[in-house]
Amino acid sequence: MQQIAASQARPPFYRDERVLGVISQIVVVGIAVGLLSYFYSNMVSALRNQLGVAINYGFLRSTAGFDIGESLIAYTRSDTYLRALIVGLLNTLQVAILGIFFATLWGTLIGIMRLSTNFLVSRIAAVYIDIFRNIPLLLLLIFWAQAVFFKLPRVQEALILPGPTFLSNRGIAIPWGVPTDSWPTYRLILLVGLILAFVVARLLQEQGKRTGRMPLLTLWFVVTFVVVGVIGWFVLPQPLTLTTPELVGFNTQGGRVFSQQFLALLTGLIVYTASFIAETVRAGIQSVTKGQREAATALGLTGFQTLRLIIFPQALRVIVPPLTSQYLNLTKNSSLAIAVGYPDLFAVAGNTILNQTGRAIEVFSLVMGIYLFFSLTTSLFMNIYNQRIRLIER
Amino acid sequence: MTSAVQTATRKALPPPTERYTILGWLQKNLFDGWFNSGLTIVALGLLYALLRPLLNWAVNTARWEVIPANFNLILRGQYTAEQVWRLWLALYLLAFVVGFAWAANTKIIQGELIVLFAVPLLLMLVPFFDGGIRINLLIVEAAGLVGYVVGRVLPQRQSRLGVYALLIYAVVLLFILRGGSGDTGAWAAVPTNLWGGLLLSLLLAVFGIAISFPLGVLLALGRQSKLPAIRMVSVLYIEFIRGVPLISLLFMAQVMLQLFLPDGFPTIDRALRALAAVTLFSAAYTAENVRGGLQSIPRGQYEAADALGLSTFHSMTFIILPQALRAVIPVLVGQFIGLFKDTSLVALVGLFDLLGVARTVLGNPNWLGTHQEVYAFIGLLYWIFSYMMSYTSRRIEARLAVANR
Repeated sequence: MQQIAASQARPPFYRDERVLGVISQIVVVGIAVGLLSYFYSNMVSALRNQLGVAINYGFLRSTAGFDIGESLIAYTRSDTYLRALIVGLLNTLQVAILGIFFATLWGTLIGIMRLSTNFLVSRIAAVYIDIFRNIPLLLLLIFWAQAVFFKLPRVQEALILPGPTFLSNRGIAIPWGVPTDSWPTYRLILLVGLILAFVVARLLQEQGKRTGRMPLLTLWFVVTFVVVGVIGWFVLPQPLTLTTPELVGFNTQGGRVFSQQFLALLTGLIVYTASFIAETVRAGIQSVTKGQREAATALGLTGFQTLRLIIFPQALRVIVPPLTSQYLNLTKNSSLAIAVGYPDLFAVAGNTILNQTGRAIEVFSLVMGIYLFFSLTTSLFMNIYNQRIRLIER
Repeated sequence: MTSAVQTATRKALPPPTERYTILGWLQKNLFDGWFNSGLTIVALGLLYALLRPLLNWAVNTARWEVIPANFNLILRGQYTAEQVWRLWLALYLLAFVVGFAWAANTKIIQGELIVLFAVPLLLMLVPFFDGGIRINLLIVEAAGLVGYVVGRVLPQRQSRLGVYALLIYAVVLLFILRGGSGDTGAWAAVPTNLWGGLLLSLLLAVFGIAISFPLGVLLALGRQSKLPAIRMVSVLYIEFIRGVPLISLLFMAQVMLQLFLPDGFPTIDRALRALAAVTLFSAAYTAENVRGGLQSIPRGQYEAADALGLSTFHSMTFIILPQALRAVIPVLVGQFIGLFKDTSLVALVGLFDLLGVARTVLGNPNWLGTHQEVYAFIGLLYWIFSYMMSYTSRRIEARLAVANR
């Protein structure tokens, strides 16, 4: 009788999964490393032969010699390239943070409108979402810039909105607080208020866990912070003074002036991203099944309690991950600033500095590295958050 | 023995449908309580404030004549005028192939098919088209019908043939558009730097989607692989690409690609470089979306495939991927719409896609100040194609959901 010793018979090596696994890994890594090193060696030799330079970041310390339209920190053309890069980075952060803030508000509003039982309101939101999700952001940005903001009247004929706010081809001037001598102290007080608010919220949470009656943590957090802020405001001799813009000759004076480029970029980003956020919010709220609401009612929770304790926590679990990726998209999309002439990181580095120095490798590695850093840190926090809110089953 | 419970043989009646009078509908949907009524009035006021100036502009102020005057430029960029018949030829073939593929895939006449066949006829209604264009559109329509009939003649449903036809068409299309090597004659070469407008945008999008999709699926499988080295390579690629803006990749492809290649390597076509950047970018996003689908497949499916003795390759192609891809159709379509919209970025690196030609038109001194008109029209074109994609995806989704039940 023929014996089959299945456990001892090894398949030929070309069918052995372990051998195949090792071989395929070697092949893939070999191809990847080979390609990269091939590109790298080509690049180094091309640089040496054509330009006679090696990769060197030393140029960052030499004088930039170009002006930047707007800057959050002091910058002149005699500053270094590094400082110019930082100016661009801060401009990117400014537009990204403001954009994220307003896009969240606007997008949430549209998303909630979409769920309204009012037919007209829900239709308007749907049309908004369908329009802006389906046209390119770049087109939208250029449209806002060239067809709206660049067509504003001259300063002498500026549109004046209550505030007063001046809309003209010099940008938009709005009233703004100017820090006085006590401002640094006041900032410290605000920081203390923030820490205090955290402590209060934490203590209340502990107490809530002990007694089983959870107070409104967010409310207490905000109240503590605001109280400290208000007390500080009156104790110190006025940390901020308000200046309002006024028309002086051919320009406005006072207040804070936002350039048209900045506003075109910001508006485009908000309008576009809001349509995506709206869909995210809608999907999140709809993902909480009707049964949850009914169960909450059956338990005797009020409408507000149902929202706070049942709907929001579950909807947020669905909303937050796609929302973060929308925030990241907005940040990366702000690199389209180059199309409207706003000096963000990419426009300053990838365009101006590159054109002046010709150091493509150094500039692109820096710019991409910075964007990559934002993206990877965000996904890190996202993963931690996902771990924390994950449904624990079985 | 008879059952104690009498089973009814009578069919259950369908639930009564809701019926409203117009007033009843208005009351339920718009004036349901003081809050909703207030909301309706505010919304109506906003709409009025917004639409009135908009309509006034569109009807009275706008200089729409800029569109017919530059229509050729917007559609095909600088594509040589004597060779335009080749674009029409490509369109005839496209209509034929689409008709054939549709009939090969399903014999049921669907609403979408009728809409598709109505498109050339509807286009004939555009007022400023001349006789030549109208005749060409008629031929396109006829080619589509012929293709459909040929597909119907096939003895049974053969989706595969349709896919092959489309693949062959993609190759033939490039050949038709690019032409031979000479500068004159019927088959003169038309270099890609002359391709532009809607033609270039659509080509970038279609080829971008077609190439990035298999690449993305491979990357997703790589990321899910048990082999650590393969997983690492995939993760590095995906995370790197997803972390940087597309515009930086496009600039890199234009500025730096030549540095990476050996000395004396022929210069790669600008359009091709842009296509490469868009494709590589999109592949990383496709990979993440497909991974979502792969993760939604329960373990039991893998184990069942193993138990049947399927190899890894077969269990992937027959069991896992069909289910995983079906689960992520809406996301994938959303991403392909994103890719189509992202092709507009090539205008920033000097290509003349839809947005690029729009800028050319606006640079023409005859059409100064027509930003709103031109951008509105370009936006409409982008919108039509994107919306068509999302609409089709919703239909497919609905049909698959029915099949799932």
